[in-house]
Amino acid sequence: MSAPAAPPAMSTRATVKCDVLIVGAGIAGCATALMLTRRGKSVTLLERDQAGTRASAVNFGGVRQNGRDLRELPLAMRAREMWDHLPELIGLDGEFRATGNLRLASDEAREVQLAEFHQKAGALGLQLEMLDRPQLKARYPWLSDKPRLGVLCPSDGHANPRLVAPAFAGAAQEAGANLIEHAEVTEGWYSSGEFQLRVADGRTFAAPVLVNCAGAWAGKIAGWFDEPVTLVPEIPQVQVTEPLPYRIRPVLGFVGGDFYLRQTLRGSILFGSGQGRATADATRSRPLPETMRRGMEIAIDFIPGLAQVPVIRSWTGVDGDTVDGVCVLGQSETHPGLFHAFGFNGHGFLLGPAVGAVLRELICDGKTPTEIDELGIGRFRTPTTGSTSEQSNSLPPLRGKDAEA
Amino acid sequence: MSDGNTGPRLQRVADLDRQLIEISIDGWQLSAMEGDTILVAMLTQRGLLRQKQEVEPAGAGFCLMGACQDCWVWLEDGRRIRACSTYVEAGLRIRTTWPSSLLES
Amino acid sequence: MAQQPPRILIVGAGPAGLRAAELLVAAGCAPILVDEAPRIGGQIYRQPPRVPGFSRAAKELYGSSAERAKDLFVAFDRIRHRIDYRPQSLVYDLIDNRAFIATAGKTSQLEFDALILATGAMDRIVPAPGWTLPGVYSLGGAQIALKHQGCTIGAKVAFVGVGPLLLLTAYQYARAGVTPAAIVLPSRRGALIGAGLPLLGHPSAAARGLRWLLGLRRRGVPILFDHRLERVAGEESVTGIVVKGSGAARKIACDAVALGYGLQSETQLADLAGARFAFDAAQRQWLPLTDGFGRAAGREHLYIAGDGNGILGADAAEARGRLAALALLADSGLEAPGYRPGPDLVAVARWTRLQANLRRAFALPVDLFTALPDDTLLCRCEGVPVGAYRGIAGIMGARELNRAKSYSRVGMGRCQGRLCGHAAAEVLAGTLGVSLDSVGRLRCQPPVKPVTVATIAERQI
Ligand SMILES: Cc1cc2nc3c(=O)[nH]c(=O)nc-3n(C[C@H](O)[C@H](O)[C@H](O)COP(=O)(O)OP(=O)(O)OC[C@H]3O[C@@H](n4cnc5c(N)ncnc54)[C@H](O)[C@@H]3O)c2cc1C
Ligand code: FES
Repeated sequence: MSAPAAPPAMSTRATVKCDVLIVGAGIAGCATALMLTRRGKSVTLLERDQAGTRASAVNFGGVRQNGRDLRELPLAMRAREMWDHLPELIGLDGEFRATGNLRLASDEAREVQLAEFHQKAGALGLQLEMLDRPQLKARYPWLSDKPRLGVLCPSDGHANPRLVAPAFAGAAQEAGANLIEHAEVTEGWYSSGEFQLRVADGRTFAAPVLVNCAGAWAGKIAGWFDEPVTLVPEIPQVQVTEPLPYRIRPVLGFVGGDFYLRQTLRGSILFGSGQGRATADATRSRPLPETMRRGMEIAIDFIPGLAQVPVIRSWTGVDGDTVDGVCVLGQSETHPGLFHAFGFNGHGFLLGPAVGAVLRELICDGKTPTEIDELGIGRFRTPTTGSTSEQSNSLPPLRGKDAEA
Repeated sequence: MSDGNTGPRLQRVADLDRQLIEISIDGWQLSAMEGDTILVAMLTQRGLLRQKQEVEPAGAGFCLMGACQDCWVWLEDGRRIRACSTYVEAGLRIRTTWPSSLLES
Repeated sequence: MAQQPPRILIVGAGPAGLRAAELLVAAGCAPILVDEAPRIGGQIYRQPPRVPGFSRAAKELYGSSAERAKDLFVAFDRIRHRIDYRPQSLVYDLIDNRAFIATAGKTSQLEFDALILATGAMDRIVPAPGWTLPGVYSLGGAQIALKHQGCTIGAKVAFVGVGPLLLLTAYQYARAGVTPAAIVLPSRRGALIGAGLPLLGHPSAAARGLRWLLGLRRRGVPILFDHRLERVAGEESVTGIVVKGSGAARKIACDAVALGYGLQSETQLADLAGARFAFDAAQRQWLPLTDGFGRAAGREHLYIAGDGNGILGADAAEARGRLAALALLADSGLEAPGYRPGPDLVAVARWTRLQANLRRAFALPVDLFTALPDDTLLCRCEGVPVGAYRGIAGIMGARELNRAKSYSRVGMGRCQGRLCGHAAAEVLAGTLGVSLDSVGRLRCQPPVKPVTVATIAERQI
């Protein structure tokens, strides 16, 4: 894939010009638009569907630093700070509550991983608490005996993505961003010092700065500018029980076990494990019965009291996975003025606000105080032999695939 | 019996000549008729299926055809049952409140 | 295909599903028939449990439809040994050619080549202040209590809503010795009679309606045309209703209310199965798009029969069950020996006309929804009042039901919008000043009805 040299232009309408073009109005794109407009930039945000309806609105709602790949941890910690100020940012708290995130290990290998994370993330300044089995039982009587060790990150928690994602879009618009919905970007190229985008209905847009926040669909856009990234669709599936009295405060995650669970303020218990199914273009997805069944089995294994609770519905959404498990954030290596923020591997909800802040800094100041060196798109440039995480000196990801937080 | 529970709600008007069986509600013994749904067994003797509790108001069902889901009750053995679509059995022990032990032990 | 008969799953053992099964058996197939209820018959021919002491005769249970009911039961008895009948079984998920079925706490998975959905209908509910008080039941529920359990929902019952079922159920209550406190209809008497005149082209329907009305009159039941339910009164339980006609509001004492504004099709499984939907302006509901035989658009070997595909009533449902079975057989390269669809097609056309007339007679006044006070509960599962829903209408793209659900929780609860979905669509469209079809329809998420964690996990606890 390479960038087309010249536009096959024939649009009669004039090209819309602005300072910054952003593709994708998920939480990443909207937060970026919000931050940039507040800094006085004129921003146009192009969205294929409706703003804040995709992964950003249908995720599990975990706000989690706990268990993060260390390459992403500085960004996650910055993001977490920002969640305390959501009302100032977007006008509502999005039901964010810092109820803690508890990661559990049920075998020895995972205990080792947990302990290692506890030590290394602790060294980076993340407050964590290690809990052995008796401590777990004492604090969380609803847990079964399976978990042997837990690491609690008290500052983590959960929020309501159905409210948060659209609120970012609304705040960006209020701040002056030009949000254009139902505008699928079908072509992009660079010419005469500007990024040019064409949407499905033929309208064209141009700006000296382009931000690619197109979620699970962003790899293709990067490809238009000679740095393609392969994203594998990740289709987390979440089940919902009827509301129960609010007892399970922390968000739970299981090391390597691909299971996560939380109770909403309303009382419903949300839990997930495994993947649903998406159409080839990843624009539609639906839950799979096998995945649902597996989720139920694990739920009972860890919280036996859930056995008799009715499940009332389920849902899925689509995020994009990179091969090395962390996101792409930063400048293009081929085109100055192009920035990427995608490939959130099923845990970009927490990151959203910080992604916006970092991109504002990169675009307006040319640098950011947040450590993001290992998140650059350059790591995908040449097909390497070894895996990227081996080359970096951080820990390998602590998990198989888990979408929680 | 308890609170806000304004006496029998449903009226039996036919098919009265049936075997009586013993059931209990919140520990109170009472008799139902063979072939009663749990909803009917309860509401022919009391006003509510469910008392007001933390997450929901008191309730007595609504659709009687398995659509509204407003009639789920707990059994003492831990099962969760839809009262309008489950028949009573002798010895059935029903509760009208959430078993708080569920997420506490 | 001709060698191996197709594996056929029929969901729903009401008139449509049973007649479909009957024709399929005649053609040499052995369908699987699944229904949530413990016995066949569906909503209309709901049978009492098979327990000594339930002694009412068919005539008493089903009135003028008794013969049809008996016919249907006999037909079932004849095919019983040729089909795989699974009562008390809920199809809670459908994907590709597999169905997931919960039976008494156990899950089973079934593969099929063709699927007939005959899932029927339920009451359409219009909320009113106090409609969630214990003692308010759906009209269908009031009738089921009587047919299935020999009970009435109270000692003094007010019937509120529209449609033939309202009059019929009130009449059945009166005959059972529980004289209704009142019948309250928003329809104008004049309009009713005027629009009802075409019913004279359907003498039996008109005669039945008249008999119910006169029967109620004779027992002194007040029939209040052109009256609205202002609210259901009571603190912890129903103590009365407050109604308003052209004069001042007045209170009528009662201990129960039956509420029903016509019927709506049960379409959740069709959605999961991948049917395409189209807005039906007459029924004011999105319905699976099918041809005249019930063949669904958007998915092969899917057929939708009976009231689940638009409300035409029980007699039409029998015809539509056979027509769907015929289409299925034809699509599988099989014959339906001795069956000619002509009469059924004619009958369906006739019932379609009758239904249109009934709809005109019992049309819902549009301001029924716009007049709702803000503090009326719209979604009883999630406890969301009308005002809160109006408040989010139009905000950040909430011009569509699923988006509005996402912000407000309306339709997210245990019933998945079965009770609130229609009213929510009307309120959203009314608040935005747009047509009902433009706010779309709630999408279904599995399981279609609540199923416990242990059941899905197949764990016996
Ligand atoms: C079920 C599920 C559970 C999850 N749980 C969590 C969690 O608990 N915690 C957490 O932190 N994260 C979680 N995540 C991940 C998190 O939601 C995502 O990482 C994050 O929302 C990604 O944000 P985004 O803006 O990149 O993506 P999206 O919200 O998907 O936004 C991308 C947007 O780009 C648009 N777009 C794409 N291509 C084009 C084009 N060509 N033209 C125009 N528009 C285009 C899309 O329509 C979309 O609106 C979960 C994800 C899912 C699906
Ligand atoms: S009363 Fe509605 S589901 Fe039981």
